[in-house]
Amino acid sequence: MQDPIAHSDSTIGQVEVKETTCYMCACRCGIRVHMRDGEIRYIDGNPRHPLNKGVICAKGSSGIMKQYSPGRLTKPLRRKAGAERGAAEFEAISWDEALKMLEERLGRLRAEDPKKLALFTGRDQMQALTGLFARQFGTPNYAAHGGFCSVNMAAGLIYTIGGSFWEFGGPDLERSKLFVMIGTAEDHHSNPLKIAISELKRRGGRFVSINPIRTGYSAIADEWVPIKPGTDGALLLAISHEILKQGLFDRDFLIRYTNAAELVIDDPSRPDHGLFYRAEMHVEEGCFDPENKLWWDRNIDGPISTHTPGADPRLMGSYRLDAEGGIPVKPAFQLLKERLEDCTPEWAADTTGIPAATIRRLAYEMGVTARDQKIELPIPWTDCWDNEHPSVIGNPVSFHAMRGMAAHSNGFQTIRALGVLMTLLGTIDRPGGFRHKAPFPRPIPPCAKPPHGPEAVQPNTPLDGMPLGWPAKPEDLFVDPEGEAVRIDKAFSWEYPLAVHGLMHNVITNAWRGDPYPIDTLFLFMANMAWNSSMNTSEVRKMLVDKDAQGHYKIPFLVVCDTFASETVAFADLVLPDTSYLERHDALSMLDRPISEYDGPVDAVRIPVLPPKADCRPFQDVLIELASRLRLPAFVDGAGRRKFRDYADFIVNYETSPGSGIGFLAGWRGKDGDKVLKGEPNPKQWEMYAKNGCVFHHELPPSYQYMRNWNKGYLHWARAHGMIRYAEPITIHLYSEVLQKFRLAAQGKWPGRRPPERLRQRVDTYFDPLPFYYRTLEDQLVDTTRYPLNALTQRPMAMYHSWDGQNAWLRQIHSHNYLFVNPLIGRKHGFADGDWIWVESAVGKVRCMCRFSEAVEPGTVWTWNAIGKANGAWGLGSKADESRKGFLLNHLISEELPPCEAGPHLSNSDPVTGQAAWFDVRVRVYKAGPDEPRLTSPQFDPMPLLPGQEPRRGKWQAYVAGVFGKK
Amino acid sequence: MTQLALVIDLNVCVGCHACVTSCKEWNTSGWAGPMVDENPYDASPTGTFFNRVQTFEVGTFPNTETVHFPKSCLHCEEPPCVPVCPTGASHKRPDNGIVLVDYDKCIGCKYCAWACPYGARELDEQQKVMKKCTLCIDRITDATLSDRDRQPACVLACPTSARLYGDVHDPDSEVSVAIRERGGYQLMPEWGTKPANHYLPRQKIRMHISADELTRVDNPLRKEDLTTYTGEETLDDLAW
Repeated sequence: MQDPIAHSDSTIGQVEVKETTCYMCACRCGIRVHMRDGEIRYIDGNPRHPLNKGVICAKGSSGIMKQYSPGRLTKPLRRKAGAERGAAEFEAISWDEALKMLEERLGRLRAEDPKKLALFTGRDQMQALTGLFARQFGTPNYAAHGGFCSVNMAAGLIYTIGGSFWEFGGPDLERSKLFVMIGTAEDHHSNPLKIAISELKRRGGRFVSINPIRTGYSAIADEWVPIKPGTDGALLLAISHEILKQGLFDRDFLIRYTNAAELVIDDPSRPDHGLFYRAEMHVEEGCFDPENKLWWDRNIDGPISTHTPGADPRLMGSYRLDAEGGIPVKPAFQLLKERLEDCTPEWAADTTGIPAATIRRLAYEMGVTARDQKIELPIPWTDCWDNEHPSVIGNPVSFHAMRGMAAHSNGFQTIRALGVLMTLLGTIDRPGGFRHKAPFPRPIPPCAKPPHGPEAVQPNTPLDGMPLGWPAKPEDLFVDPEGEAVRIDKAFSWEYPLAVHGLMHNVITNAWRGDPYPIDTLFLFMANMAWNSSMNTSEVRKMLVDKDAQGHYKIPFLVVCDTFASETVAFADLVLPDTSYLERHDALSMLDRPISEYDGPVDAVRIPVLPPKADCRPFQDVLIELASRLRLPAFVDGAGRRKFRDYADFIVNYETSPGSGIGFLAGWRGKDGDKVLKGEPNPKQWEMYAKNGCVFHHELPPSYQYMRNWNKGYLHWARAHGMIRYAEPITIHLYSEVLQKFRLAAQGKWPGRRPPERLRQRVDTYFDPLPFYYRTLEDQLVDTTRYPLNALTQRPMAMYHSWDGQNAWLRQIHSHNYLFVNPLIGRKHGFADGDWIWVESAVGKVRCMCRFSEAVEPGTVWTWNAIGKANGAWGLGSKADESRKGFLLNHLISEELPPCEAGPHLSNSDPVTGQAAWFDVRVRVYKAGPDEPRLTSPQFDPMPLLPGQEPRRGKWQAYVAGVFGKK
Repeated sequence: MTQLALVIDLNVCVGCHACVTSCKEWNTSGWAGPMVDENPYDASPTGTFFNRVQTFEVGTFPNTETVHFPKSCLHCEEPPCVPVCPTGASHKRPDNGIVLVDYDKCIGCKYCAWACPYGARELDEQQKVMKKCTLCIDRITDATLSDRDRQPACVLACPTSARLYGDVHDPDSEVSVAIRERGGYQLMPEWGTKPANHYLPRQKIRMHISADELTRVDNPLRKEDLTTYTGEETLDDLAW
């Protein structure tokens, strides 16, 4: 061999380095793609990038194997005439034919009834375009995957503090002294959180993980607190109980920045019971919180306008206003105190499985750290009431949680409880606590609203309203005169009033049933709805092929756009081959989910590194093409001529309205490229992004980086740059008047819209203005004695959902999955480590192998998410471990609740937000029979290779850049 | 003499496998490649990796530790794989202490794999030669790369910076300081192999709160400790 010291990569072949943005998961790190003779030599992290600072994860490092995977689709495909749907018998067609089919069909639907098209996408982060397309088309039946992912987290915190975790905010681990992570959160986000946790630990910060399972990041926690799934709410309330009892709350913060001291009408006989008492004054209409409320001042012992200089309000007590012959009122904080009275650590211990002493200790650790380890940064700032502050104060306790807390039917109120605890500790947008990321904070709730009734949907007309928005009162719901749903997924109906991300998980079932109406075309992008993205997968697959009495498919036309031959592709009538992330332009836009940092707005782009493989086309280009052909107004000029050549052209030149100066990208706007966030289109914008590592980072001055809910300078800057409509304080909703309005409607006290009779009790119960704990809906409705265990999934860090089964390197790390059980459970049921067992829920059963683990609390069993695959999907062979030894838990999870008085077909979801309650499922386990096959169950007919897919690769693969493709 | 090595910080390793695949993508097209995959898209996929992460549990519930343990060639100062090699393919470089295999000389006899107590060597089942970590010798000695990039791929990739790289013979190097101050240890030192790679142990941060810290004078409850008089009888009404 040559002496390695004499070897230099730079001398081998044609070397090029191109920068773009990773998409091996949703984290969006900056990457450098090193090329040799036109093939990828290696991909590493971009050291200039603010998100990942040069590091990269297992997935990002395996991008080569995604690019060259035999699982890739390469041609548009049409289901063969006479072939049954689901059999995956396709013929390759041209893009012209495919686009013509779509143009004709969608044009007809748009002219007849636009809601016959349902467009659902597996990933958000492209919603700026997909949402625009849906709205312009005129269909309300649009959403991304948020409803089955973590909408409870988004909604729970945004309706409380005006921001949320991951894209919109997170823990400031650079300055935190105590960090508490609750539930599974491994990939939201990925590298930045890993970087931050390791830095926290190096600085001696303390890391507590509360999780039924100790895996992933929890492995390096200083303390693991095992908890029973779905009981986080009880824990958080008990911690808050102790914080209040000991006086460990941040009184000044609560008074100035939250509604804690504001007076709530406390007279159940009044129609405005539970609303804030609002003084008579002129109030401009808008989505901000007018400051017309009162405090009870301790000095004058009477009511006073909030934020009156010199006033010192009571947080507790019960008072009477003189108006209208005396109105009983209480500060919101008093109501919270009353709510927490019975939520003792002893009460929570039974529910959560955490000893009361541990709960008490956690509360003390949080409270004492927040109070005694204050950070003071010498950064002067001015609040919205013109008070000058010489410094920024931080209480260094921070939290992070995502789907683990969210994916329960009690998740919304649980996450409200987390928001309240973070607020009691005084940690919102302060050093060492929770920090916002632009464009958040936004008003509570944000201004965008869904349409209000069926009349918003009209032929050949854009939708009147946003397909997704933030209801603030019953009038913002999207319901018909009977109070029933207008959307196919029933989002924004009284069933799920705050379904701000939609309910993608019920679309197929509802469309199949024709409830609330049948649709014609279901258009899925990057969503594996015939597999790991659906609950009740086996039944959903049957619905996709089910026919009516006339022999027509109940869902008449299914379009699937994907890069890979996923399980869902098999069910398509028309398949559109998408590109890989290295072959397209993308914008990670401020209009959707950017990659902002705590110190200011950041957005990013992808620039193609490689030409599209074969006939692959970027989905975004296809949407622009379709929108132009259909003459959707935003995509054509007055004469009906297309305005945008392709997505790259659109990204630069589209403005949200003529002359708005707001477009998909925030950086280098204006003719000369010198404007940020707002400015006319810049024809050289792509060049500027390319020169700057595909990322734009606007660092705010330090005085705008903290306390942004109430930071006058920041709010005015944000308004001047088009990020928010009102430069008004965003008061934290410790007490949620928004929820109370829905509750009053359910109680028949609201003057406007009211829920249908069957849903009154449900809305009355769950729209509690103060957080509370309740057993999950599944627990309330199934026999928990028969199904004593909770079953969960966790995220393996080397895989992103089902995306990486086609990846030759990553699948060697996780080619199949086990059910992890505590040995106590195995012994009780007579099976041993490695045995084949059955896992059974009220709706289905799965056969799989088990692994004993001491790192799981005994009432929980779990497995890795989405490792199991259907036979033949993703370019894998028929004997692949993924289908023979891998399995999905999804078969055990119903997408609907058992019939109850609130309705026969309610989604198995949070009653407030429609968040899919994946983690509520209850199961039992038992040993498989000795004669049963050593094979996971259920199995499905093998999916054949599709036209245009590469033939099987054979036994050996040796990737060497520059040589691989020539072999 | 220089002895290059990795020091792996188990206190921050989250087991994400970034080191595993970043190693593979660099090395498969590099000097030490290719790194083949067997059954890449079918049953029991396996292949050559120079670096793997093993995850295991310690203790019983609820006192369970989950440990992520990255493993690769430890570049021993007394490498038992070298003297057993009948062809001289296995060798330790005098200039930087890296243990390497010359594939041209390797006959795939596996003596070295038997001799290595750490299981760090893997036979390339297609090429029938022994392969293992090279500390990315073709990166770290490539003068055309920037200083920052002249490090092993796994070190650059690691999101938690759990992998330190440097000369363990230089007492002032980052790795020597970490070993000295953080209790860095070698695997199975009793074998006398003197592994150059070291591991840093876990460290637990605990908090201690005494009772008097809970009840201080600035307790905000003192602002709210009011009662209200609603006309009921008191001693003022009865006593004189």
